[in-house]
Amino acid sequence: MIDFVNLWVYLSGSPLLWLTVTLTAYAIAEAIAAACRRHPLANPVLIAVVLVSLLLIASGTPYPAYFAGAQFVHFLLGPATVALAVPLMRHLPQVRRTLVPMLVALAVGSFAAIVSAVLLAKAFGLDRAAQLALAPKSATAAIAMGIADKTGGDPALTAVLVVLTGITGAIVVTPLMNALRLKNYAARGFAAGLASHGIGTARAFQVDPLAGTFAGIALGLNGLLTALLVPLLVGWLVG
Amino acid sequence: MLAAFASLLLCQLAGEAIVRAAALPVPGPVVGMVLLFALMLLRAPLPAETNGTADGLLKHLSLLFVPAGVGVVQNVALLGDTGLRLVAVVVLGTIITLTVTALTFAGVARLMRVADAAPDDEAAP
Repeated sequence: MIDFVNLWVYLSGSPLLWLTVTLTAYAIAEAIAAACRRHPLANPVLIAVVLVSLLLIASGTPYPAYFAGAQFVHFLLGPATVALAVPLMRHLPQVRRTLVPMLVALAVGSFAAIVSAVLLAKAFGLDRAAQLALAPKSATAAIAMGIADKTGGDPALTAVLVVLTGITGAIVVTPLMNALRLKNYAARGFAAGLASHGIGTARAFQVDPLAGTFAGIALGLNGLLTALLVPLLVGWLVG
Repeated sequence: MLAAFASLLLCQLAGEAIVRAAALPVPGPVVGMVLLFALMLLRAPLPAETNGTADGLLKHLSLLFVPAGVGVVQNVALLGDTGLRLVAVVVLGTIITLTVTALTFAGVARLMRVADAAPDDEAAP
């Protein structure tokens, strides 16, 4: 027993353990998602997050200790964002052809994301702080936290809401688009990236490469537009 | 593979530098994506495996959100006693945003294609 404790103390201090746990949990989550034939509810991000969280709670591991190992995975988000240029280049003819629908959908969608969040929050009787934290929820985490910081919202709460938005969008997008009988994969992907940033984009890439490409474009453009629109809109929306 | 990964990191690094220097409200990697896209448009001599490396990273994009997702579970107390209402706003707001965006995109695309196809339609019997 003492040996096990010593081994545990040694391993839990090194990044290897939690890096391995993250990759293994994701491999298991992928296998479950594949076994469920990529059913939207069997979202690999959600499953892996639940598996890792249960392990952290069971072992009493604080998040900073986990992140010491998981940061190597988290770091790859940067190069992966840069990598979005490759599918964009590959699908350039389609992107050029749909430039106008894309820009109109960007303006309408970005506006709808902010306004719906604030008005729903008001309707549910949520206070000013919650409204400010919700307003940029569809932008990617780094941008949304910067916006919340500028408008007087809580960036940490915004980060939580952003990830929740991402997972919600990734789960909901396929059944919702099927219910709308929408077969335009550029439109479906663009909506996924605009409404639910990187996690929605990850889902779109799993469904269809063209959808993933348009999701990546929407993720970038909506980040920019949300940063411009939220400070303008909160003045007359939030209260 | 290695040179390709280095070129992705170089774009990101340049993006971070530009963001800092110009105080842009955008994350460095997004500017890095624009830089890589510009390089490809200009047909710059990029490493041969840039496409394969980028596809490999994007194939496992879901994995990269796991550490942040676990952080959210740890911070779920931030939602406080308003948690259920916050989640309701997120779910309803996301459904509205997805619907509005996708229908706008598909609607405008259809309108434009109808305009493009009009001469053909007239020529058709």
